[in-house]
Amino acid sequence: MTDLHEHLFRREAGRIVATLTRIFGVENLALAEDVVQDAFCRALEVWPFRGVPENPSAWLMATAKHRALDVLRHERTARTLAPELGRLLESEERLSPAVEELFRADAIKDDQLRMMFSCCHPGLPEAAQVGLMLHILCGFSVDEVAAAFVSTHAGVEKRLTRAKKVLAESGRLFEIADAADFATRLPAVHRALYLLFNEGYHGASPESAVRVELCREALRLTALLFEHPLGSTPATYALAALMCLHAARLPSRLDAAGHLSVLADQDRSRWDPHLMAEGQRLLERSATGPQLTEYHVEAAIAAVHASAPRVADTNWTQIVSLYDTLMTIRPSPVVALNRAIAVAQRDGPERGLEEIGAIADSHRLAAYPFYHAALGELELRRGRIEAAREHFRAALGLARNAMERQFLEQRMETCEGGKASRPA
Amino acid sequence: MSEFIYLYRSTNEASRAAMGSPEQMQKSMQTWMAWMQQLADKGHIKNPGHPLERAGKLVKGKQRTITDGPYAESKDVIGGYTLVEAKDLAEAVELSKGCPILEGGGVVEVRPVLKTGM
Repeated sequence: MTDLHEHLFRREAGRIVATLTRIFGVENLALAEDVVQDAFCRALEVWPFRGVPENPSAWLMATAKHRALDVLRHERTARTLAPELGRLLESEERLSPAVEELFRADAIKDDQLRMMFSCCHPGLPEAAQVGLMLHILCGFSVDEVAAAFVSTHAGVEKRLTRAKKVLAESGRLFEIADAADFATRLPAVHRALYLLFNEGYHGASPESAVRVELCREALRLTALLFEHPLGSTPATYALAALMCLHAARLPSRLDAAGHLSVLADQDRSRWDPHLMAEGQRLLERSATGPQLTEYHVEAAIAAVHASAPRVADTNWTQIVSLYDTLMTIRPSPVVALNRAIAVAQRDGPERGLEEIGAIADSHRLAAYPFYHAALGELELRRGRIEAAREHFRAALGLARNAMERQFLEQRMETCEGGKASRPA
Repeated sequence: MSEFIYLYRSTNEASRAAMGSPEQMQKSMQTWMAWMQQLADKGHIKNPGHPLERAGKLVKGKQRTITDGPYAESKDVIGGYTLVEAKDLAEAVELSKGCPILEGGGVVEVRPVLKTGM
């Protein structure tokens, strides 16, 4: 019996919906989703009796294709299908070869890009863009999107319904053939992919499997982007590099007991050498052209960490200076916080605390547990146990899942122990 | 050893509702396959059988009236069948309890195959 890829259906759903939406037109997204559902129902009915086909993806794709042809034959006159393809789908004899052509592997890749760019519609808030990509291109259900973003079913459903409406009203999918339009929309796509990855890497979901999957999906979609001639820009390579270099550390984010482990404590032998090398390779490819993006800088920071065999070997001067650059390109309180932590590593906890105190809009960090945890860490390091405990307690009150809670409880216990047992 | 037929029955609504997201569908498909595999490994599968299309026709009575079926008549549709071998009806029933259709509100009808010519 053929073994199925763990998330085969989910991934195929994204691929097939993208192609079907291209065929049916963007206002018929729901129809595309129905056809995919039908294809999966077929698999569910047939595979238990016949076994998994040799190429399950191709089987699902072919089943969806047949069903799409049926739908086109029946609905061609009743509905307005994709205006871009109108003439192709008009006549019976042209229909079948046209659909055959639309289901070619390279066409399917382009369809996913069209959908990716369409999801990043400027009329949508960033969170909606990311949710929509996850839903349509990665096949996550409303509940699965809600779980990934630690949001409610109703909240996500409302957001997605609105987003789909905006998508439908745009009348057609984003046209990736136009180089100028492509370049204009590209930064929004980068941003959405970055946020998707971050949701996996730093996000609040208590399920580490969910988070690994989000990172993996972000990487997969980014790879689609750099495989396209217009998408293979230095910024795309930098984004992919930063994802690889971070994803390489995922296995060690949880220690042997399944507890959250901060960068300084991670067992670096568990960093994935393959992803590490891939990240380095992509980072080198990104180093062309005049444009320095936040992705370049973040990837460079990750690369500095990656090149240190032990935390004590980290070149903190270099990291502080990279954060300085990042603050000029894309300033944010979180970046400022990370910069302050790097300063503390270089110059000691007092300097770090000064830097944190100087963060301009630090009130925006008030609800972020790791802001308080960082304060606690630095107070602990300079021996002010009582202050440290207060900060860790504040952080604990904001913890977003059991893993974070456990980590912060353990930091509080360190305070109870009365000494900073943990080196920088 | 005796032979039994498992008839997998469920309503359209129940099977639709059990579908859910692609991820859930894959999981339920894998549960089905694992269950079938487990029966096969123990030598209980005489013939894995076939899935049946949900649509069809009902031909009825002396008038040979033809209607769309089968769900025009009964909402409970046979979605497929499997021929199994078991010691007796009790064992066949026991083995059927692992069938994933039960999780989605479906039914397994276990029917002994009538032995003839003995």
